[in-house]
Amino acid sequence: MADVTLDVWKDIITPENQVYRRTPVMTMKELSYCPGCGHGTAHRMLAEVIEEMGIQSETIGIAPVGCSVLAYEFLNFDMQQAAHGRAPALATAIKRLWPNRYVFTYQGDGDLAAIGTAETIHACNRGENIVIIFVNNGIYGMTGGQMAPTTLPGMKTSTSPYGREAILMGNPLRITELVAALPGTYYVSRHSVHKPGNVRKLKKAIRIAFENQKENKGVSFIEVVSNCNSGWKMTPVKSNEWMEENMFPFYPLGDIKVDGKLVREL
Amino acid sequence: MGDFKLMKGNEAVAEAAIRAGCDGYFGYPITPQSEVIEYLMAQQPEKRTGMVVLQAESETASINMLYGGAGAGKRVMTTSSSPGISLMAEGISYMAGAELPCLLMNVVRGGPGLGTIQPSQCDYFQTVKGGGHGDYRMFVIAPASVQEMSDFVKIGFDMAFKYRNPAMILSDGVIGQMMEKVELFDPIPRRTDAEVIAECPWATTGKTPDRERNIITSLDLDSLKQEEHVMHLKAKYEAMQKEVMFENIMTDDAEYIYVAYGSSARICQKAVDMARAEGIKVGLLRPITLYPFPEAELLRLASQVKGMLAVEMSLGQMVEDVRLAVRGKIKVEHYGRVGGMIHSPSQVLEALKSQIIGG
Amino acid sequence: MTEEIIIAGFGGQGVLSMGKILAYSGMMQGLEVSWMPSYGPEMRGGTANVIVIISDSRISSPVLTEFDTAIILNQQSLDKFESTVKPGGVLIFDPNGIIKPPTRKDITIYTIDATKKSSDLGLSKIFNMIVLGSYLKVKPVVTDQFIKAGLEKSLPTRHHSLIPENVKAVEIGREFVTSYTV
Repeated sequence: MADVTLDVWKDIITPENQVYRRTPVMTMKELSYCPGCGHGTAHRMLAEVIEEMGIQSETIGIAPVGCSVLAYEFLNFDMQQAAHGRAPALATAIKRLWPNRYVFTYQGDGDLAAIGTAETIHACNRGENIVIIFVNNGIYGMTGGQMAPTTLPGMKTSTSPYGREAILMGNPLRITELVAALPGTYYVSRHSVHKPGNVRKLKKAIRIAFENQKENKGVSFIEVVSNCNSGWKMTPVKSNEWMEENMFPFYPLGDIKVDGKLVREL
Repeated sequence: MGDFKLMKGNEAVAEAAIRAGCDGYFGYPITPQSEVIEYLMAQQPEKRTGMVVLQAESETASINMLYGGAGAGKRVMTTSSSPGISLMAEGISYMAGAELPCLLMNVVRGGPGLGTIQPSQCDYFQTVKGGGHGDYRMFVIAPASVQEMSDFVKIGFDMAFKYRNPAMILSDGVIGQMMEKVELFDPIPRRTDAEVIAECPWATTGKTPDRERNIITSLDLDSLKQEEHVMHLKAKYEAMQKEVMFENIMTDDAEYIYVAYGSSARICQKAVDMARAEGIKVGLLRPITLYPFPEAELLRLASQVKGMLAVEMSLGQMVEDVRLAVRGKIKVEHYGRVGGMIHSPSQVLEALKSQIIGG
Repeated sequence: MTEEIIIAGFGGQGVLSMGKILAYSGMMQGLEVSWMPSYGPEMRGGTANVIVIISDSRISSPVLTEFDTAIILNQQSLDKFESTVKPGGVLIFDPNGIIKPPTRKDITIYTIDATKKSSDLGLSKIFNMIVLGSYLKVKPVVTDQFIKAGLEKSLPTRHHSLIPENVKAVEIGREFVTSYTV
């Protein structure tokens, strides 16, 4: 019986039948993200692009403060972990001092669009030759679901327990549209990872971003609108539905700036 | 033998940075040290040595650019003045935690707050005792002349890399703004990329197949590991003690001594001459490094002299370390003008007479 | 020999650059020098001053409150610095705009009408060099040869064509400095 099974496997386990393979650009460390979270998929797309471009040994990544603070545990290349919000400053210096390396930051919305706004805007405005991957889930996930600059009006968080009231708490910040208006950004695009088709589009966008860097085009800025089922207090499935219904109208998916030109109204 | 120039202290630091093989300077203007970045921009060091110079959007960005550059193995530096250094405190703590070498300079002005733009030495505690959060130390060296502003850039970089730790030149508005004769050292070529990789095998220079990935972080969520890390830092700071530097000026037969660093040491030197002319046997112990601090030398002098006057443009900060060093053997007092006022040699002499000799 | 000098006047009168040329010249002559300016808002109008020390031995304090010589170019500076001249020291002032002249009898006082001289010659830019000339006549701490070398060192190359004019201004200063009796 056992022998028969082995023989069957032998027939099945062949290169032409392979549909999934772990990229060696990710480590063996199991992801610490909540089940249903989009970070893991975003990491994998990034790692696959780096593998496919053959640039693992030339890539230097910057992890933020936030849920993805430990991104360096999962991504298998040289990485630095930045103080909260400062990743674009680190990336600026690394790229200028190592112009032949690929440098990217991976940041959440609290990190990039609140405490790190100045570093984000100025790195984008200087047109630093870097890739910025911005994961926006509209909430501070790591610290337990507080209001973020990207939190939608009416959205309940632990620091807006009755819903975000714009008149008291300000409006959500579309920082991606903001940086798209700056001359230093070359490619600005918004994506999601909640469906296979969207994941494929994200991967394509990341590839474009790194190819841009190869050609010294300036900042490529990719937003990934993601869920936070823990912070939003929903099941993964429900949170993805909620994201489609509420987040996407405010943060519409698709290209905003391509080849240095705006492709839609801000 | 290098060439002699008449330079401002701030300009000497900038020129020394280029000559010391600095790879990147990231800074933000603030009085009284803006000449550093102005000089660098005028020199176009990218043409002279390939050095990168960037005016950042803030001191916060500057120090984090240093973090990135240092984490990638490069020789990086920034300079600022007191309020700007306060903004950098977070980044300095991160760099100490992540064990990153970098050179910083504080051209101190009077505080607290926006304070004044005039010279002061009121940032001793901030520099020597912390400034940022956590258990960390910096190598701190205090120049008292334009020549030392130049020379200490080289020493600062050497110490930073030797101990993988931030090093700080603690200067002040007098030393930064004054011009003196300076003999510039011969340029040291910037390291090639291959040399950077060889010298800094820990740096994020790109993960080649022959090694594991390098990670630069100050985070460890496992407290036991974090404790180990902090104890490792402690051992490093203890090893750093052997780098102590100081200067004895007429202390051999002294009955009283001044303890002063930076511009106050220069002022005290004049007061020593004036006192000696009156027949008072006074000397000066000038700490050159403030961390490590010349404790042993002060303890030795404590068994020789009758009293010490710590002179610093502050309400009395270094004086605490002088008192700790002499272990209560002799009287130690403090004198100093504050708020950007500079004490005169005669005021310093008068203070010795009233607080130590007659006091 | 140690000569401790304060030069004080309005921002824009060339106070700092005069001090710089003097310090450079001293350095070229092989002496120890220091130049410590007032800095900050003064640079943009108001008063400016600089302490220059020239010595044949190591200079201790670059910051002083008493001087061998005070070179004074406006009333505010005269009010502030007349008392800082050491007894037996020297005060040189430009009488232009001075309504309360110096009163001390324990120091030697000179005047140099550099404002008038430079405007008569239509050369307001060399005003400070006329003042420097008057100082060098009274205190020849640096020789002519090194003043020229100091000018060459401290002026950017594109301004080297102005050196003869500056040297001439020093001569004028030497010639027209006069004793002042309280």
